[in-house]
Amino acid sequence: MMSTEQILTVKDLKKYFKTTRGIVKAVDDVSFSVIKNETFGLVGESGSGKSTVGHVIMGIYGPTAGSITFMGKDISKSVGKRPKELKKRLQIVFQDPASSLNPRRTIAQILELPFKVHHLAPDGNYAEKAFEMMDLIELPREFAARYPGEQGGGEKQAVAIGRALATGPSFIVLDEPTSALDVSIQAKIINMLMRFQKEFDLSYLFITHNLSLMRNVAQRVGIMYLGKIVELAGTPEFFSNPLHPYTKMLLSAIPVITPEEEALKPEKIMSTGEIAGALNIPLGCSFHPRCPFAMDTCSKVVPSIIEYKRGHHVACHLYPSAGNSQ
Amino acid sequence: MAEQLLDVKDLHVYFKVYEGLLKVLNGVFLNVGAKEKVGIIGESGCGKTTTMKAIMRILAANAIVAGGTIAYRGSDVLQVGMQDLMRLRRTSMSMIFQDPTAALNPVFKVGEQLEDIVRYSEFISHTPTKQEVRTKAVDLLKSAALPEPERILDSYPFQLSGGMRQRVCIAMSLASAKDLLIADEPGTSLDVTIEDQIMRELKQIVEDRGLSVILISHSIGAVKGFVTKLYVMYAGTMVEEAPTDELFSNPVHPYTQNLLKAVPKLTGGGVPEGIAGRIPSYLTIGDGCRFASRCMSAKESCQAHAPPAFDIGNGHRVACFHYGDI
Repeated sequence: MMSTEQILTVKDLKKYFKTTRGIVKAVDDVSFSVIKNETFGLVGESGSGKSTVGHVIMGIYGPTAGSITFMGKDISKSVGKRPKELKKRLQIVFQDPASSLNPRRTIAQILELPFKVHHLAPDGNYAEKAFEMMDLIELPREFAARYPGEQGGGEKQAVAIGRALATGPSFIVLDEPTSALDVSIQAKIINMLMRFQKEFDLSYLFITHNLSLMRNVAQRVGIMYLGKIVELAGTPEFFSNPLHPYTKMLLSAIPVITPEEEALKPEKIMSTGEIAGALNIPLGCSFHPRCPFAMDTCSKVVPSIIEYKRGHHVACHLYPSAGNSQ
Repeated sequence: MAEQLLDVKDLHVYFKVYEGLLKVLNGVFLNVGAKEKVGIIGESGCGKTTTMKAIMRILAANAIVAGGTIAYRGSDVLQVGMQDLMRLRRTSMSMIFQDPTAALNPVFKVGEQLEDIVRYSEFISHTPTKQEVRTKAVDLLKSAALPEPERILDSYPFQLSGGMRQRVCIAMSLASAKDLLIADEPGTSLDVTIEDQIMRELKQIVEDRGLSVILISHSIGAVKGFVTKLYVMYAGTMVEEAPTDELFSNPVHPYTQNLLKAVPKLTGGGVPEGIAGRIPSYLTIGDGCRFASRCMSAKESCQAHAPPAFDIGNGHRVACFHYGDI
């Protein structure tokens, strides 16, 4: 039985950006929690706000409203003066290792830095720490003096993961860590991440647009559309019984390679239209212009997220408060 | 057997760089019949795009075609004079590139760019009037499933969404692709629902117009539903060729087998190990099988000679010495 202790809780999180053309509601009332040692998959298309959620959790910028609780402490108000101890516990791996690693630092220098910042080598032997990290991420020690630019994409991402692991975190935001990689390399990186999760007791917030990948690594999945979570459920339930029309559209659109996968797809909903701009989010349910089941209310009332079944949340007028009546 | 359109044989393309000679393409073969839909899958850096550029003869200046023939309708593209080559590009073949944002010039309106191509490709015998060009451009946009073509002609590329930009690129290529359309990862930079739409539309267009297609992708699923014949490319060589269904039900080359396994499946079951190692450096590559260094079944003999493509029946060819016992 998996523990249900929550390591991170996000409640009614909002992140608005002021632009010259108006307010962009990148994240609008998002709530979810990540349970200790689990991988929570946050899935959405570009512009859905999934990365912004990750960035707000990391404190890259503060939330407009709402709260973030990490290991029992509220961390939403203290962006900018987060204690070092907290920064140690909370780490991030970015999508593109080519831009998240400094091209003018050697791999050894990159890996030594977190140990130096957090004084994690009492004897001052940072080089040895970096070597140990290289062993862990299966990079030959000879690579220490090389620059990231000389490495393949998979090796670079391994360095980025190593850098995140250096401080001994308990929670890592994985912001599309494999979407810049080829599938054979992706498989290696994912396996490495899964192994570290067991070994170091890690919890992951896995941000991605790849639902097939989440089927294989996440315990629970949330789907975001234009700043809101529209569906959230445990992985088996999510894939066997998707509720939201957008989820069904996404699942229908995934290219698959085996007949077994094809059989698993829900009723086919042909994808139509595009995600709206964040500046002019449609009124009511933001998905209604693309939704084949849109009703009158959909263009007027924003559906609130309800627990339709135990552990299965959905924000759609097709499922009127069924959860509440039970 | 369908009428032959394109027959690439034993193509070798090298690139001269400061450090020496990059031996990229090594004996590439490719065969496309009239109205045939062919796919090439392979990971980044395996030479897919280089092969296509060789066919269009738009390779970079430091490229050396060291051997081979590219027979297009019987005449060798590599040998034809500039005049004939221009004629081919004007009236017969065209290419869609991966990133529509880079393929369109940001400082010209879509109309100016599209009309240029229309003027160049659609009116061979006479100089068209402005109105003729405009009408043709509108038609092309309509056939690429773009709503409000007049408005799009008057927009700059940045005013359009990624999906619309790629549709504009498709419209452009349709002006000159009367026989062969090369689509180089047309959906890769787009969201999955948009990619799904574009691929469906593209398939419709090529079927309506009776075009031959070469579809390049590293997304194996996206290619599967589109093409009838598939080539698998690895490190500048074609390692396997087969009808699509045959390739997925009976992959023979160890690289193909591992590649198909590495794709995360919607049915779950975890992510397999992927393929250890990486594509060898084209600078120092030897004469043997280029996959040997990553191959579990490699024997000593694999290092000595490159395997030719063995015909194993059903239109299935595989470049591996040990295809029988794998």
